[in-house]
Amino acid sequence: MTLIKTSINRRSFLKSSALAGGGFVLSFSWLASCKSGTKETLTIPDEWFKLNGYIKIGENGVVTIMAPNPEFGQNVITSMPMIIAEELDVDWKNVIVEQAPFDPEIYTRTGQFTGGSAGIRSGWPGLRMAGATARRMLQEAAALAWSVPVSEITTQAGVLSHKSSGKSAGYGEMASAAAGIEVPEEVKLKDVKDFKIISTSQKNVEGKKIVTGKPLFGLDYKKEGMLIAMIVHPPAFGMKLKSVDVSVAKAMPGIKDVFTIETYKDDYEQQGFDLTTFNELIVVVGNTTWEVMNAKKAIRAEWEVFPSYTVTKRGWRGPETVHIPGGLESTSNHRREIEERAAKPANILRKDGDPESAFKNAAKVVERTYTAPFLAHNCMEPINFFAHVTADKAEVAGPLQAPGFIESALSARIGLPKEKIDIQLTRMGGGFGLRAYCHYLVEAAVISQKVNAPVKLMYTREDDMTFGIYRPSYSVTYKAALDNDNNLVGFQVKGGGVPESPVFANRFPAGAVDNYLAESWELESNITIGAFRAPRSNFIAGAEQSFLDEVAEAAGKDPIEFRLGLLDRAKNNPVGERNDYDAARYAGVLELVREKSGWNGNSNPGVHRGVSAYFCHATYVAQVLDLVMENGKPKIPRVSCAIDCGIVINPDAATNMAEGAIVDGVGNAMFGEMSFNNGVPSKTNFDKYRIIRQSEAPKSIDVHFVENEIDPTGMGEPPFPPIFGALANALYKATGKRYYNQPFFGESINLG
Amino acid sequence: MAIFNLKVNGKQHQVDVDPTTPLLWVLRDHLDLTGTKYGCGIAMCGACTVHVNGMAMRSCQTAVASIGNQAVTTIEGLSEDGDHPVQRAWLQHDVPQCGYCQSGQIMNAVALLNANPNPTDEQIEAAMDGNICRCGTYLRIKKAIKSAAAYT
Ligand code: FES
Ligand code: FES
Repeated sequence: MTLIKTSINRRSFLKSSALAGGGFVLSFSWLASCKSGTKETLTIPDEWFKLNGYIKIGENGVVTIMAPNPEFGQNVITSMPMIIAEELDVDWKNVIVEQAPFDPEIYTRTGQFTGGSAGIRSGWPGLRMAGATARRMLQEAAALAWSVPVSEITTQAGVLSHKSSGKSAGYGEMASAAAGIEVPEEVKLKDVKDFKIISTSQKNVEGKKIVTGKPLFGLDYKKEGMLIAMIVHPPAFGMKLKSVDVSVAKAMPGIKDVFTIETYKDDYEQQGFDLTTFNELIVVVGNTTWEVMNAKKAIRAEWEVFPSYTVTKRGWRGPETVHIPGGLESTSNHRREIEERAAKPANILRKDGDPESAFKNAAKVVERTYTAPFLAHNCMEPINFFAHVTADKAEVAGPLQAPGFIESALSARIGLPKEKIDIQLTRMGGGFGLRAYCHYLVEAAVISQKVNAPVKLMYTREDDMTFGIYRPSYSVTYKAALDNDNNLVGFQVKGGGVPESPVFANRFPAGAVDNYLAESWELESNITIGAFRAPRSNFIAGAEQSFLDEVAEAAGKDPIEFRLGLLDRAKNNPVGERNDYDAARYAGVLELVREKSGWNGNSNPGVHRGVSAYFCHATYVAQVLDLVMENGKPKIPRVSCAIDCGIVINPDAATNMAEGAIVDGVGNAMFGEMSFNNGVPSKTNFDKYRIIRQSEAPKSIDVHFVENEIDPTGMGEPPFPPIFGALANALYKATGKRYYNQPFFGESINLG
Repeated sequence: MAIFNLKVNGKQHQVDVDPTTPLLWVLRDHLDLTGTKYGCGIAMCGACTVHVNGMAMRSCQTAVASIGNQAVTTIEGLSEDGDHPVQRAWLQHDVPQCGYCQSGQIMNAVALLNANPNPTDEQIEAAMDGNICRCGTYLRIKKAIKSAAAYT
């Protein structure tokens, strides 16, 4: 039995009130995590006490749960309310989930963030507490009404019962009375074994709206008198506006105005996510999308190369000065610079034992280098935002992953205090990290202020793809030392990127090898980069898992056995103390995938298998990819995937996420690439930028979950990184060739 | 600018627009039918798929002037209550992730099933290859098309 406190230092996470017209509302903080303890108590951010979610129980027994988290496809809009409903003990059929119209009076935007696979992980205790508290208050109301001890009141699917008196009542009947009950200080949570809703598959609560084409997305947002705005940005990274002739465009039909804007003022101290690539933009505003698109083409502008500069950013680690080099960068130059930089000494992140001697005395040394290009997010819904800014308030609405991150920038830029800003979140047509960088919201607001009208800013696909905040370009070199008995006695990882390093020093196989060295380097760039589905892991996992495959082969061992051997070492006799994984759970997913994929029983010589396993965002994933060659083309008949993400809230939704991540990973490994020539992005639309298509996707994906009672962790990101390795390893089996450089295939090649 | 009389989802509409305006923007900006999505504007992603006389068309590359009196159907007009067999199959398999591509996927799938009520896997793949799903829901799309074929 777990008890959970509903307040810390007398500050409550919950507030109850009566519902107008009868019933009961329990407001709670969607973010609260109630692990008490003095250290944590002092550091609990204020946002945790802001009430931004609610449970409403009407007299008719209908339960409405409001979900404030933005939704971009990971289906937290269904799974998070499921957690509340579980503890409330209601029938899921009687629950209505609302994506809140963002009401600043009640709900705060601060801290809302979809990303880092953290939605479920951080919401788990708070959501359970809220559900359990509402249930307890209904029980107390019934106990009072029936004059019986509250301990004797049981609940079952929205019905309160008292066995010995035979009394029972639906939640609706006690809802108004429950509003008068004091919020309990402490409530009891269900035992995992008693869960009835959690771990059952429930359909997406917005499914019907999606398949009937209801206006859910930012791009569908419309307001009376709304104008359409588009931007023209520099054609190359490293360039800025020199001069512009707007006369032709301005005179075109339907065009209201053409002008330039500055997104952030020079004296504004940017926060980490206030990143933008091009601060000065040309803006075209008109009546309709097509008219604005045409006028955009008529803009004549001159651009110039900007000199290097420095910006001070206030990030999570405090103020940081970033140097942005001037000049026009090309992928061919990056390749050369990467090679030169990688050959030089780098930052030592971790060192165990004596790697130098281990390599000197090794019987065998394997050394390989892996690279990957920049990637564009390519969310299906292009960047857009609605804004209506007047003298005394700002209404903005659209898709963004982290409203809290942009609020200060917006407030400073339009000169309105935060209380006067209302941010509404729409469903997102994909996010993948990009929508955490909300410069476009500021742009929309500045444009609205300037034209004094409601405006929807929309990027064309070309703008979206070439005004990127890309996944960085990476390179990593691995070295392994084997002794005479083919034991792994030394391991080195040295990696870097333009402009960010992918190395995680304390991840596997750190802890499993006596002599270990992790090093990191970075190269400056004016190409803007940012979070992309499982940042850094999305490259390093595939590289590491391909390398381990090759080392296993050099050691003459089965790739799964080899990994399990290392994990065994890490579990029983770990090297160092900072290893940030649980070796037993890591081994668990490998064992599960070995069994489910029939790894040991593969008797079909035409089926080539690759394995990969990775741990990131608190979740363990192992995958086996089956590959066949048909007419010289690789085809993927099956992927088996084993996942340990603790308790699985909504298995079918989690399976959908894993399937999508695997398809996405195969696509990016095969085709994903953004390159640059003198600062100009090489691809502007889906004619050149290859996205995996229906005929190329794996033909079947089997997803298996490890069953345990561990608190749930994220699902959006972890199944993505390892598939790069499984694919590379299967391709090697099929072709005899190792794939070191992404994309493995060019844009013109199809999968079977 | 020119006046066009369009028959969309069984209703007659009049719009006054430039003749080169793609049907996509007429639907979205002038008729408030935002279920049809913009993804690429160059007929490479399928997000904007609608039916013109029952045929799947990329509305981003279909000028309004080329429609004439052909009947246009969008996702909003596919069924009264969202109970077209393809929509039901989509819900049964809980296909969508972000959902943005799904109007286009559904419209393309309906056109496929109208032409070929019992498609094989290969035929589904060939017919659906022009519709990108960035979230990677392809397997469920395929399963849903097969279920829809079985319902009808
Ligand atoms: S928007 Fe028409 S095919 Fe992409
Ligand atoms: S569901 Fe997101 S693009 Fe298809």
